[in-house]
Amino acid sequence: MLRKRIVPAIDVLNDQAVKYVQFRNPTIIGDPAELGKKYTEDGADELIYLDTTASLKNQDLKLEWIQRVAEQVNIPFSVIGGVRTVEDFKNLLRAGADKVGVNSAAVMRPELLKEAADIYGKQCVVLGLDAMPIYNDEGEIVRWEVYTHSGHKKTGLDVVEWAQQAADLGAGEIICTSIHKDGMKNGYDVELIKLLSEKVNIPIIASGGAGKIEHIEEVFSEGKADAALVASMIHYGDYTIGEIKSYLQTKHVNVRHI
Amino acid sequence: MIGIIDYGAGNLHSVLKATKQLGYETKLITSDSDHTDDITKIILPGVGNAKVAMDVLNSTGLSDYLKERVSKGIPLLGICLGMQLLLETSEEGNVPCLGLLKGAVPEFTDESEKIPHMGWNQVKDIQSHFLFENIPDETDFYFVHSYFAKPELQEEILGETNYGINFASVIGNSQVMGVQFHPEKSGKYGIQLLDNFCKQGGK
Repeated sequence: MLRKRIVPAIDVLNDQAVKYVQFRNPTIIGDPAELGKKYTEDGADELIYLDTTASLKNQDLKLEWIQRVAEQVNIPFSVIGGVRTVEDFKNLLRAGADKVGVNSAAVMRPELLKEAADIYGKQCVVLGLDAMPIYNDEGEIVRWEVYTHSGHKKTGLDVVEWAQQAADLGAGEIICTSIHKDGMKNGYDVELIKLLSEKVNIPIIASGGAGKIEHIEEVFSEGKADAALVASMIHYGDYTIGEIKSYLQTKHVNVRHI
Repeated sequence: MIGIIDYGAGNLHSVLKATKQLGYETKLITSDSDHTDDITKIILPGVGNAKVAMDVLNSTGLSDYLKERVSKGIPLLGICLGMQLLLETSEEGNVPCLGLLKGAVPEFTDESEKIPHMGWNQVKDIQSHFLFENIPDETDFYFVHSYFAKPELQEEILGETNYGINFASVIGNSQVMGVQFHPEKSGKYGIQLLDNFCKQGGK
């Protein structure tokens, strides 16, 4: 049976792993490769690096830390951030990334997903999708809308329709982040993840909102997520990945033993 | 020396890194012109599309090189797409493959399961084989694929994995073999499997 995956997310600025406080004021928490290795030993099933370096000037720096991660980590890792072209895919995969994520660039030019999948295969094309709920007058959620540019730009696209279109074009996996949940530590957007998992036939990684160990169980059992992204929970030392997995096993969530 | 086939599309650096870290001498083989006779084992890694990969292998002469080396008794390990290419045909682009093992490569069609099959899943040993040495039965390995191998000969199904159906996740014989998962991305037991292949007959 296919296991549910626990996926640590590591923010990278220039060539350092950082954590953000209230989405700003990055503080360095270590070397991307060393941190990745540590989480691998703790039982991570996969890693996601979110490259928050704004400038393209640092392209060489980026390839260098990715190469270091590839040297030291023997589980799969994705790199997301700043990818715009098939050439970017090539460079990141060549540097050692197993998967490459695109977000805003895919909304602006959806064919990018197809072009990358045709050459490198769907399995390494990850769609980053940032979502916000739209409410009616009664305050009920009627649908979710896609946002780009780190959640700053409203696109008008319906989340489910965009996810289905992206999967048809060539995305092999979706990381769905609920912007209104991100950093709130009150749980994933279980309703949205469940909807996506039912409507889209590629794996869904739930992102945004995990604060307690129970939230992860909830997004797997109720949200039907294929993988759960964890960040601050483990970066701040509240939980280890081993503790998360042991807890999930007691709740009969099918996770990989270490 | 271990030769690793580089056909452009795949991410082979992790395979290269893993074999180097295990202490084996390795060499990338990019076309028929730069192979050397001191290569005693070959790994055909893989990520990508079967049609694209076969086009490159054929146009560079690597297809003929692989067939010739195998006919001379050199052991060959295919990984993921590299494993699928060992068979006769793939439905991915409906392309003829290397034909070093009998069988075909169909696509997953079970609509109740998501495609690609992506993540950690268990391999059940079907036959004893040196690839499985020091690896417990039902060990988890990392898979990413939408097509799967269907060997014609039952005795060439070495290990199986369940994803809606039971499919052959380790195939082959004592010389030509393949694994559907990525040993280089499957933690310590994946590295053990690579070592099991590389150490046969000494370094």
